[in-house]
Amino acid sequence: MAEATTNPQDEFVAPAPEPVGRESGSLTRIIQELVFTVDHKKLGLMYIGSGLFFFVVAGCMAALIRAQLFFPSNDFLEPDVFNRFFTMHGTAMVFLVGMPIIFGFANYLIPLMIGARDMAFPRLNAFGFWVFLFSGILLYFSYLGAPGLYAAGSAPDVGWFAYSPLTARAFSRGTSTDYWTLSLLLGGIGSISTAINILVTVFCYRCKGMLLGRMPLFVWMFVVVAFLVVIALPPLSACQIMLLLDRYLGAKFFDTQAGGSAVLWQHFFWIFGHPEVYILILPGFAIASEVIPVFSRKPIFGYPVMVAASVMIAFISLGVWAHHMFTVGMTSLGNTFFAISTMLVAIPTGIKIFNWLGTMYGGKLRFDLPMMFCIGFLFQFLIAGLTGVMLAVAPFDWQLSDSYFVVAHFHYVLIGALLYAIFAGIYYWYPKAFGRMPSARLGHWHFWLFTVGFHLTFFPQHISGFLGMPRRIFTYEADRGWEIWNQISTVGVLFQIPGILFFVVNLLYSYFKGPKSGDDPWDAWTLEWATTSPPPEYNFAELPEVKSRRPLWDLKHPEDPDWKFE
Amino acid sequence: MANVVRKSGLGAAGYPAVFAGFLFALAGGLYGQGAGSEYPMKRVADMFQPLSRPAEMIHGSAVMVLWVTGGIFVVVTALLVYILLKFRKKETDDGSEPPQIYGSSHIELAWTVIPILITVVLILVTSRTIGEIQNAKMPENALKVRLVGHQWWWEVHYPELGIITANEVHVPVSDRDPAKARPTHFELQSADVIHSFWVPQLAGKTDLVPNRTNETWIDPYEPGVYFGNCAEYCGTQHANMLLRVIVHTPEGFEEWVRQMKAPVAPPATPDEIAGHRLFYDTSCVNCHKVDGTVAEGVFGPDLTKLMTRQTIGAGVAPLDDKNLWQWVKDPQVLKVGCLMPDMQLTDKETDLIVAYLKTLE
Amino acid sequence: MSTAEATADWRLPSPRKVGMACLILTESALFTIFVVAYLFYIGKSLAGPLPSEVLEFPWLGSIALIGSSGTIMVAERFLHSKNHRGFLLWWGITVALGVYFIYFTGAEWHHLIYEKNITISTNVFGTTFYSLVGLHASHVLVGLLLLAVVFVASLRGKIPSDHTEHVEMISWYWHFVDAIWLVVLTVVYIISVRAS
Repeated sequence: MAEATTNPQDEFVAPAPEPVGRESGSLTRIIQELVFTVDHKKLGLMYIGSGLFFFVVAGCMAALIRAQLFFPSNDFLEPDVFNRFFTMHGTAMVFLVGMPIIFGFANYLIPLMIGARDMAFPRLNAFGFWVFLFSGILLYFSYLGAPGLYAAGSAPDVGWFAYSPLTARAFSRGTSTDYWTLSLLLGGIGSISTAINILVTVFCYRCKGMLLGRMPLFVWMFVVVAFLVVIALPPLSACQIMLLLDRYLGAKFFDTQAGGSAVLWQHFFWIFGHPEVYILILPGFAIASEVIPVFSRKPIFGYPVMVAASVMIAFISLGVWAHHMFTVGMTSLGNTFFAISTMLVAIPTGIKIFNWLGTMYGGKLRFDLPMMFCIGFLFQFLIAGLTGVMLAVAPFDWQLSDSYFVVAHFHYVLIGALLYAIFAGIYYWYPKAFGRMPSARLGHWHFWLFTVGFHLTFFPQHISGFLGMPRRIFTYEADRGWEIWNQISTVGVLFQIPGILFFVVNLLYSYFKGPKSGDDPWDAWTLEWATTSPPPEYNFAELPEVKSRRPLWDLKHPEDPDWKFE
Repeated sequence: MANVVRKSGLGAAGYPAVFAGFLFALAGGLYGQGAGSEYPMKRVADMFQPLSRPAEMIHGSAVMVLWVTGGIFVVVTALLVYILLKFRKKETDDGSEPPQIYGSSHIELAWTVIPILITVVLILVTSRTIGEIQNAKMPENALKVRLVGHQWWWEVHYPELGIITANEVHVPVSDRDPAKARPTHFELQSADVIHSFWVPQLAGKTDLVPNRTNETWIDPYEPGVYFGNCAEYCGTQHANMLLRVIVHTPEGFEEWVRQMKAPVAPPATPDEIAGHRLFYDTSCVNCHKVDGTVAEGVFGPDLTKLMTRQTIGAGVAPLDDKNLWQWVKDPQVLKVGCLMPDMQLTDKETDLIVAYLKTLE
Repeated sequence: MSTAEATADWRLPSPRKVGMACLILTESALFTIFVVAYLFYIGKSLAGPLPSEVLEFPWLGSIALIGSSGTIMVAERFLHSKNHRGFLLWWGITVALGVYFIYFTGAEWHHLIYEKNITISTNVFGTTFYSLVGLHASHVLVGLLLLAVVFVASLRGKIPSDHTEHVEMISWYWHFVDAIWLVVLTVVYIISVRAS
């Protein structure tokens, strides 16, 4: 991997076959391979698999939360149990589901898309995965290992953004908060490692002819994501270090009795937290930017603008953080500044929606599974973005902040947009990873059940927010006008659960019984489709040389290649 | 009620005054419903029914942004649906690829400029509303209230009136005409963690942050009992840190002030006297304050005028005989995790304390 | 953008350089937060000693650390000219200067804790001081570890020529640690001492 230049004319000699020893496929062999692997593809699948596992766990917690909120003054869950559930649900979904799944996609696809053999630092890659997995186990271990106020095992209950001074020793006794702190500190190290790996891989291992302006948009978006991780994760690490110092060495970072500032935590956390949500959603954009063109049979509309818009989003997103703090008592100047910056970030984001629509316009749309989920993504991201604009209007945010309206907004972003894009990506690249097509029938059941459930659960939450229902309450009185909306919201769960079951069944069933897919089942144009399904460990027999953004289009259409027009 | 009967020298206007006072007491105290319960209960805190000037200002910008985003939603969704219908692959398709368009600077420019223009409008409206609300000048006659947030109750001070209460904020109604307005100005502080003051029909929310004093104001137009919640997660019983703002008529407010400042009658019946003694022998006085007595505790709510309130436990239950008894006997039953411990009282001890507490009005 | 010449001469940046640059970028972000916390809390201690009362400008330690950036550059020059003994000498001096800096910081902390009675839990100045200086010192320690590994390896034989970039990356890290010290000097020993 040390060579930066390759000559495709060289004869490539495939390595000798694996020595015959224990039967491959036995469980010990498989586990051994997974534990010791540094192969980006295996690690990518391990990231995605672990992320989906935590998705189910955190999703179950959400289902129980919705059950508790079905009736007013319900006592299905004790307040402490409820508070731990929403803390763990939020923390797990962001750090143990969102981050690993996006890194899984990056790991699997980036080397393939740029015509490389692996990531720049394969061992660092494995390190990043295992650190993440350990951090997830550590967080959930708190249920067993953390004595709380009543000396029972208990998970953190301070909310996923853990505002001080609620997290101070005085108000969070026992060690439950420390499980949260340590888990995120470790997870952050893993994320930063992976981000550096992505940046070095993309800048230093592209195949011949793949100028930065010829990379798939997927890769560009991950460059932006990795850059954001490198800049924005350290503030989170700083927060955790400061909190640990406060709790264990009596430091005064957030000790309001000693002159410390509770608001300082919020600033530092959201300097991480806001870029974090762009870190989460940009990979959704990345997937959509690959899937939509292929299923519209047209190149992405406005590639340079899409790159520029992504870079702009990243930069602006570093300057909007205090829109999470409009109610904390900043001056009117501060509030105005952050309202303006937040509205500005909506502009490049909106442009992207138009570019995706422009890609579809005039095309020949194929409504296979990946495209169905991308259409869901577009519609739901539109709603999410518009409710975001409402929240940017600071005075309106003074009503909406910390209410169920915000909960609705971010679930439309993270489920409606990101998760749908992830589903699209999984169905799109499943044949590449496993050599088999996912079942369209099972996928349709997945799509329709989940979509009905998603809207039933989250749309009414906009309304309960308008009616004054705050977040993070384990119960509510009758006659506040919230009952019916909570009940509809809970009913939605009954559709989401079978939807996810169909998804899981589809993944498993298709692995064994799906029809063989071949190298390029979707008739796509980027380099990952130029090798076998699944790819060999070395990815390509010969490292490719490209002359345009769509090397396979050029091969398939020699009379009308892209490089004549770019 | 006792203090009304004991007034001496009533004079000619005295009996009507007594009768009026009796009616007020009837409404306020006799049914155990708390002062202000004669006003309409605004349980549904709909931010789109603003009844106070800052809430109305917010409502104006909210409606505007809803129209703008609604319009964008309709246009873009229509475009999406049109594209899905018009450009779907037909069964009769010949398998050829459509024209490969890479982009168009004119179109890109259009759909960049239009969002920028919309954003400029939003920015202008937003900045103006922020200034109007945050930099509003309070008139001289504005009522001053200081709220201190606790886990999980509200401490309410009227510094210029010398009144301390809990979980209810009583204010006089204001007027839409700025010349006659009497807004209420709040100073917001916290004794422990971050809380947030949110009564949607009266104003946007503002946080109560320890080691910091925030400010907000309301300017209510209609008498009523306005419901609000703590809106920043503050621990176990965040859900039950409820708040009521009772907007009185001007006369009603003066009457409430009078009631709050009137001295509490000393306990009279044997049960009340025994309860009073028990209140001091048990450690109630470590946390609670009762004016005119040696009880000076400030960790828990001031109990001087407990019986004027509508609820117990910061809104977790209405203040009636049953709930009051249960709260004193073991508050953990009504509000598990709250910081008032189970004092391990016997039923008889509870009866006595409750008898004493019922004199606090 | 796309030309035949560009692809014929396909040269990409060195992965080690890009990797180290990213590491430096991310560590800079981490230090920035601690520096901001320090600046924010200047003058906000409710009680306890103030910076001007307890801090003395760390002349010797700073000269040692800044000097070690110079000596490491000299060592690298010897490495390029394949002068093994010169490289060993100046790399060794660099290590020694780094070790001295750690000793100096330790002695300063000992003095502050036992004689001036200021610890991390005394007040917000103590908190922000020890956390910022300590974060820096921990990075110096990691740098020393890297320097020591190179030193020991080169004691046992010459550094192979295709490892010169590895050594260069370690020196980049060392320069970064030095640059952070300049920021700490300015913020802690100049600005906060003047302001208190």
